[in-house]
Amino acid sequence: MSTLASQFPIVVRSLNLGFLQSLRLFFVTLIGALPLGLLISFGSMSAWAPLAKLGLRKRAATGKKTRFTKFCAEFRPISLIVRVIVWIFRGTPLMLQLLIIFYFPGLVWGNNVWGSGEAGRFAASCIAFVINYACYFSEIYRGGIEGIPRGQYEAGQVLGMKHSQIFRRVVLLQVVKRIIPPMGNEIITLVKDTSLARIIALQEIIWAGQAFMKGSHGISGAIWPLFFTGVYYLVFTGIVTLILGAVEKKLGYFKA
Amino acid sequence: MSLLEVCDLKKSFDKLHVLKGISFSLEKGEVLAILGASGSGKTTLLRCLNFLETADSGSIKVNGEELLGGKINQEILRKKRLHFGLVFQSFNLFPQYTVLKNVTLAHELLASERPDYKARKKEILSEINENALALLERVGLSDKKDAYPHQLSGGPCQRVAIARALALSPDVLCFDEPTSALDPNLTGEVLKVIRSLKTSDRTMIVVTHEMEFAHSVADKVIFMANGRIEEEGTADEVFKNPKSPLTREFFKSFRF
Repeated sequence: MSTLASQFPIVVRSLNLGFLQSLRLFFVTLIGALPLGLLISFGSMSAWAPLAKLGLRKRAATGKKTRFTKFCAEFRPISLIVRVIVWIFRGTPLMLQLLIIFYFPGLVWGNNVWGSGEAGRFAASCIAFVINYACYFSEIYRGGIEGIPRGQYEAGQVLGMKHSQIFRRVVLLQVVKRIIPPMGNEIITLVKDTSLARIIALQEIIWAGQAFMKGSHGISGAIWPLFFTGVYYLVFTGIVTLILGAVEKKLGYFKA
Repeated sequence: MSLLEVCDLKKSFDKLHVLKGISFSLEKGEVLAILGASGSGKTTLLRCLNFLETADSGSIKVNGEELLGGKINQEILRKKRLHFGLVFQSFNLFPQYTVLKNVTLAHELLASERPDYKARKKEILSEINENALALLERVGLSDKKDAYPHQLSGGPCQRVAIARALALSPDVLCFDEPTSALDPNLTGEVLKVIRSLKTSDRTMIVVTHEMEFAHSVADKVIFMANGRIEEEGTADEVFKNPKSPLTREFFKSFRF
């Protein structure tokens, strides 16, 4: 029977390795989902309505507003498709998405694209997390962008700026400032959500902590390592909170 | 040839006819005041001139060049908009930039498209900077050039917006109820600035409810009602001897 003191260094070394994997998943998700989310938000706000002209012509010809002309005016296929995708990824558990992305190719197509190693599990986790979080981020971006007063765009327009210049030079920083609080929420949730990858046996920190219950590195039946993983999450979310606070403070020089 | 010729301008939103055929002309250096009750189409008229809305039919000529009709894309719209400047009721300053940068931003972006920009970048930027400083001096805000918009009250904000609109030297500078968002103390300083801008070569259109100001500054006055020009003439003609009953009724509600 080993003592807690003798177990401690062994457990910490193992948990450190596990947390490193958690952090990798966290950063890859962030780097992937932040830009992808912006792209998705553009998609969901797309105003492209290919039937609008047809509807207007029909209306001009008949002089009447019908269900058909209304449909033509409001049918925005890109926005529709993107919003359905966002609905699916926000509407189902991330854990389920992980399972489907990891097992579907092997079980249904008979072609396990992920292989059997840790690298494959990590790649599958990254894809599930990036898509899932990009969908959440996209809604935050959309809220931020739609919250910018129209006068800001119009001021840019009458000053002869291009759409892209108005977005990059006028709107973007105001959006960033507005979305930091809700983004911070999501990012802190992401720190803890990385533990969901345990379900496909990614060797992140929960997996590493649990291993000491069954037996690992000569220690078995120990539950405290699993409980102790909470400290890692707490410390890291603390650091993230500090960083978000610093960014918020840095953007405090103007009011939007 | 007049500097600005507007002929039979019409605009409707769905079934609502906001402009029912507006015609007027303006010589270089003239100031036109547009009066009228809310909903008479004054703001829509300015928005059509600035191409924030596209008029349905009619003609807008600046120095004989027809701006309305023909192909419309972003580049063409930008060129058209540069003929006009617009000062908004709600200022619409860019909150993340200093007063000085608010004035220079659009000018710098526009200059970056010049073919000689790369070779003469330093020179061009310093010219733009000098120009902006001179404009801030004119509106009496030299000492506030490094302040951010939220640090200024409404009057100074509107004066910055005026300097910003002047920076691109538009052919016609439009004001959309520039003092309606200001309390009486601040109204005076903004009107004083607008008055001081009246020179032989600066053409301005001012939509306003400040009757005294309109009377003393405007060369021409237009009174609009229900999307039409109800009465037009010199300031003295319209103010001292209004012919239309609608105009007389409107003036009654104002005390001089």
